Amino acid sequence: MKCKTCGRPAAIEIRRHHAVFCKEHFFEHISRQVERTIHDFAMLEPADRLLLGVSGGKDSLALWDILTDLGYQVDGVYIELGIGGEAGYSSESLKLAEQFAKNRDLNLRIVDLADEYGYTIPEAAAETRRVACSVCGLSKRYVLNRVAHDGGYDVLVMGHNLDDEAATLMGNTLNWNIEYIGRQHPVLPATKEGLVRKVKPLLRIAERETAAYCVLKSIDYEVDECPMVGGNTGIRIKEWLNILESQRPGVKQQFLFGFLDRVSDQFATAQQEQVVLQECSNCGQPTTAGECAFCRLQIRMADRG
Amino acid sequence: MKVILRNPRRELDIEGDATVRDVLRRLDIIPDTVLVIREGELLLKTDQLTDADTIELRPVISGGAR
Repeated sequence: MKCKTCGRPAAIEIRRHHAVFCKEHFFEHISRQVERTIHDFAMLEPADRLLLGVSGGKDSLALWDILTDLGYQVDGVYIELGIGGEAGYSSESLKLAEQFAKNRDLNLRIVDLADEYGYTIPEAAAETRRVACSVCGLSKRYVLNRVAHDGGYDVLVMGHNLDDEAATLMGNTLNWNIEYIGRQHPVLPATKEGLVRKVKPLLRIAERETAAYCVLKSIDYEVDECPMVGGNTGIRIKEWLNILESQRPGVKQQFLFGFLDRVSDQFATAQQEQVVLQECSNCGQPTTAGECAFCRLQIRMADRG
Repeated sequence: MKVILRNPRRELDIEGDATVRDVLRRLDIIPDTVLVIREGELLLKTDQLTDADTIELRPVISGGAR
């Protein structure tokens, strides 16, 4: 197969675009798709101070590379979750994130959940008897926003890709979870003091493409799956969507962008009418009532015997 | 050829020459859910493999809390 732009031997095929690219034109394609997403959703201003949530995985490292190449100044923040012990999953992910930042002379902030907040994800999952991904998501959302807010950043940049967003939408649609559907948007504005604007520039990039980007750019990323991912429904939904996509290339993008272009406004209006945010009585961060879910978790972990 | 699978890491031997597409079909893997890598290079579905090759089938699905 030949690159559709220059005719040289191809490095990757992207079926939903009916395209094959050589390495160089694949990078150009990805970069343009990200630029277009940033522009179409008015995500970033040139003077914005950006903080990227970095996990050491393919999406966040690819996005850091792409945004830096596009000329944005982006700091990273890594949250040490304490998964897999001293030589385990979290330590390996941190090593990869640090190595990436060091090689490019980028600033990586590190927040250790155990040191700063008194618990690890395995401990919180055991104590609450909740699926690890649930306490992990809650913790990461809170800490990322907190670090961005306290650090004076204008925008928190996240590495959610096309597959992540399509799977989230599918999961919420299957349950008709109107409140969550109403909140799903590639730009979450800072609607209340304490919240930092959040954006997802990889919206048009499939996860196979961020993985390919890393391999072709020789970016080492965490390939292994998180050992605590068992019971996560998101992966199952991604598998269902991949079966659909294999029979009808482009269906994931159609599903997500059809929603964003034509339907999401209606859900967002309904959601705004329902939700009134107040200050958490403990930390002051916005929440629906009383203590926020993160403070409740943190207090429970501090109180455990 | 030797085929390396991930999550969990394991190895398989597949006999005879085949295209990447043939190998994925034989293992019942949807092509767009993996990268096929040989000596650090990505392979396309139509690429030909021989008995002497070692390839990695690297899953691209990542899950968990996002």
